[in-house]
Amino acid sequence: MLIKKATDIRSSEITPKSLYLNRRKFLAGAAMAGAAAATGLGLREVLSPSTTALAGNKIDGIQKSPFSTTETITPYKDVTNYNNYYEFSTDKDGPAKLAQKFRTRPWKVKIDGQVEKKQELDVDTIIKMATPEERIYRHRCVEGWSIVVPWVGFSLSELIKRANPTSKAKFVEFTTIYDPGQMPGQTGHVLDWPYVEGLRMDEAMHPLTLLCFGMYGEDLPNQDGAPIRIVVPWKYGFKSAKAIVRIRFTEKQPLNTWNISAPQEYGFYSNVNPNVDHPRWSQAKERRLGEFYKRPTLMFNGYGDQVASLYTGMDLRKNF
Amino acid sequence: MLSAECCIFMPRWLKPVIFLACLVPLASLVWQSFHAELGANPIEKITHTTGDCTLTFLLITLSVTPVRKLTRQYWLIGLRRMFGLFAFFYGTLHLTTYVWLDKFFDVHEMLADIAKRRFITAGMTAFALMIPLALTSTKWSIRKLGGKRWQALHRLIYLSAAAGVIHYIWLVKADLKKPLEYATVLGVLILYRVIAWLASRGPQPANAPTSEGLRKVAQG
Repeated sequence: MLIKKATDIRSSEITPKSLYLNRRKFLAGAAMAGAAAATGLGLREVLSPSTTALAGNKIDGIQKSPFSTTETITPYKDVTNYNNYYEFSTDKDGPAKLAQKFRTRPWKVKIDGQVEKKQELDVDTIIKMATPEERIYRHRCVEGWSIVVPWVGFSLSELIKRANPTSKAKFVEFTTIYDPGQMPGQTGHVLDWPYVEGLRMDEAMHPLTLLCFGMYGEDLPNQDGAPIRIVVPWKYGFKSAKAIVRIRFTEKQPLNTWNISAPQEYGFYSNVNPNVDHPRWSQAKERRLGEFYKRPTLMFNGYGDQVASLYTGMDLRKNF
Repeated sequence: MLSAECCIFMPRWLKPVIFLACLVPLASLVWQSFHAELGANPIEKITHTTGDCTLTFLLITLSVTPVRKLTRQYWLIGLRRMFGLFAFFYGTLHLTTYVWLDKFFDVHEMLADIAKRRFITAGMTAFALMIPLALTSTKWSIRKLGGKRWQALHRLIYLSAAAGVIHYIWLVKADLKKPLEYATVLGVLILYRVIAWLASRGPQPANAPTSEGLRKVAQG
């Protein structure tokens, strides 16, 4: 350190006495402000109220279904504030906040591919095709958590019958809406948009496969896939495509989005199977939301009696 | 603003205040759990929050030296041990959540996880590397080990932070945004040290005083 001679220092450079005495106070104040800011940030997370979803319109004339389970239904608050809907956000509580202004009307669904006649139907026409039923299904996410949801809809087979697929139709492909203006997650590339899913024809025609437009007796909330989605309860949740705008009948097996994203982790069939682990985590157990202990995962999510016959002779480890 | 003069003085009350600030994340979790504000999957929320805190405190610890050197507020070094121990503290909470609330102390399952799930292997490595650092964090240890050996041992923090970031990268399904943010900060902090090390090893400019030269001047 070079020490200047006394005359090198000009009087204008001398720190005023008041500032010199107060510099410690100043540093103290700055540190206090920093600590307060950090605490404030922490407290803001703590004290801000959790978002509750807006209740939708009540659906009339809902029939009960023998396919419903008697297990405890997950609270509405949890099903509407804990969502994997990457079109909006990869945070579980993101979609509830970001989907509030999502427009679900007017809404058309294109029905094309291997059909007698291509159609574009208004969603309200589709909803009136059959009597709405309450289907209380177990819903198992590939991540290892599960819920029980009282969906409202009718078997997808009702729509398929009216679509008149040709003999070439071996698969059904579902496409979710692509609208980055309304769905901030689609401005990024966490997945290839639009979201695509698919089912084999016999899976799509199975009575359990639900064309769904409501839950808990009301219209679907935006963050849960409004206005119309499918629910395939014996498969991992990502198979149950949301906000559908196109249903296409195909000869070849559709390329579903998660399979494109990570082919060694997410297959086409994605049947719930405790014996076939995800490469990075076990599928043997699941956390039912609201329960403390983990419970064992059931083959086909407990729907084996109804669906196992679809897969006789198939190696479910290879066709995961 | 902070004065341009360098400062080696830390006000006495600062450390306790910062200590309390470091406890805010834990306090929030406790508050939220009592008010049922942890969301639909509370155990997952606790796991994620404690994990984020561990990585954040590791990075704060690693940023003490660059910040104190660049701002010349040398007293910041007095906070580094506390930040490091908080990283270990939140790491312990994160591990406890996994061992207790996820695996329910099933040793067999945990060993299977460590062996088979590489993101768990990375996480366990990151935690294990923090243990010797926490154990030797006292002044007694610095004395016993000697400054050079202690410093060499504590370089393990880089490995721990790197293993922690890899653990995060390997566990996300598709969204790499947050793990890569941590990776970037860690990268910058390591880059700082590489540059600082290179600068200290570089050739001295011709006119800079050497100890030999200064001695000659002093002797007159």
